[in-house]
Amino acid sequence: MMEPSQTQWVRIHPLVVRITHWINALAILVMVTSGWRIYNASPLFPFRIPNELTLGGWLAGALQWHFAAMWLLVLNGLVYVTYGIASGHFRRKLFPLTPRAVLRDLREALRGKLAHEDLSIYNAAQRAAYLAILFCLVVLVFTGLVIWKPVQFHAIGRFMGDYEGARFLHFGAMALMVLIVLVHIAMVILVPRTFPTMITGRARRAS
Amino acid sequence: MKKRSMETSLAAQSPKLIRSVERRLFLRQGLSLGALAMLSGCNLTDDESVQRVLEGMSRWNDRAQAWIFSPAKLAPEFPESAITKPFPFNAFYTEDEITVVDGKSYQLELAGLIRDKKPWTLPELYALPQASQITRHICVEGWSAIGKWSGVRFSTFLERIGADTTAKYIGFDCADDYSTSIDMATALHPQTLLTFRFADEILPPKYGFPMKLRIPTKLGFKNPKHIVAMTVTNEYPGGYWEDQGYNWFSGS
Repeated sequence: MMEPSQTQWVRIHPLVVRITHWINALAILVMVTSGWRIYNASPLFPFRIPNELTLGGWLAGALQWHFAAMWLLVLNGLVYVTYGIASGHFRRKLFPLTPRAVLRDLREALRGKLAHEDLSIYNAAQRAAYLAILFCLVVLVFTGLVIWKPVQFHAIGRFMGDYEGARFLHFGAMALMVLIVLVHIAMVILVPRTFPTMITGRARRAS
Repeated sequence: MKKRSMETSLAAQSPKLIRSVERRLFLRQGLSLGALAMLSGCNLTDDESVQRVLEGMSRWNDRAQAWIFSPAKLAPEFPESAITKPFPFNAFYTEDEITVVDGKSYQLELAGLIRDKKPWTLPELYALPQASQITRHICVEGWSAIGKWSGVRFSTFLERIGADTTAKYIGFDCADDYSTSIDMATALHPQTLLTFRFADEILPPKYGFPMKLRIPTKLGFKNPKHIVAMTVTNEYPGGYWEDQGYNWFSGS
């Protein structure tokens, strides 16, 4: 493991996490951009998403993309969550998590003082962000099921204001998720060595 | 056609050249997938191989929806106070182009796997046992509206005409040149009504005079208006929007 340069390579992202991360990234990109086109067919708010940012060309095309990629998103998500729980990955990487720690790390991050020396340990702000994305995705899947099948999944829909309520929640969860993903990408740009790590799984650790 | 002629000319070339061309095609497709965010969605969706995959997934989704569909699960019904006023007009044309059908000469034509194909006049249809429902109409565009429709249960009508209810599809042709088709399980659903009234009045032309098939377990475009002919069949009939790429089952 020791290399001549006295640096140590450590595996910090397991293969399952890396594969599901990139499949998830692709699925979310397709779901969000096709979803924006679907939104444009009957906007909930007094604005539209610029068509250049959307996928599908027109409503029918966007629906085809959305209902194809949903299988990728859900199946990949099931693999990830099952692995995360069964292997202890979630417990090790995302917990413990206290609101106090999240606030402290967020404050430090805003001041540019949050250290990223050891990429194998997520700080509290990261933990909160990754859990929030997971939460958004769960909300998106369930509200999506109610929008797709308001009659067949009425039992779920009654907890979210049925079809019309689910449309607003679906949009809200998308907006929050996109916001966190943008912050996530900004952080990767600020700490570029995290990027190859999510591909190779290895990070250099000074010995 | 273009693709076939390209293949023929390629076949005359050496296998090595074919391999390198294939590699280039593969690379190009890989790149186009990678550039997903930058490409306009339209170009990508129009790509022939991408279109094939998307259509395959849409057929898979037809099967998944048929499997999810429960013949016993009812769409929520609402009180009169929940009815959307005014109820939106929606079609593939504008409101000034609405087809006006002459009720006196109107006949509903029957075809396909039906024992008694005698056409039906409006007085005969009005004489059938009537039922009402106040349900939510959901458009594929996303908006929804609640309305009240009255007419005969479609399953009762299918029984009267001796339709083969083991057939797969029922196709509909409409006076406004619209067409659509549904699966038999949905046709037999207790809330699927062949309706002649909207809000207790004879259907006005804009809501589909003389009849609209109201299916609260399907999206709006699967609820044909101005129906003039229906066919019970095992051959996939398609439809106006379905043939352009909208999902066929489109269940709620």
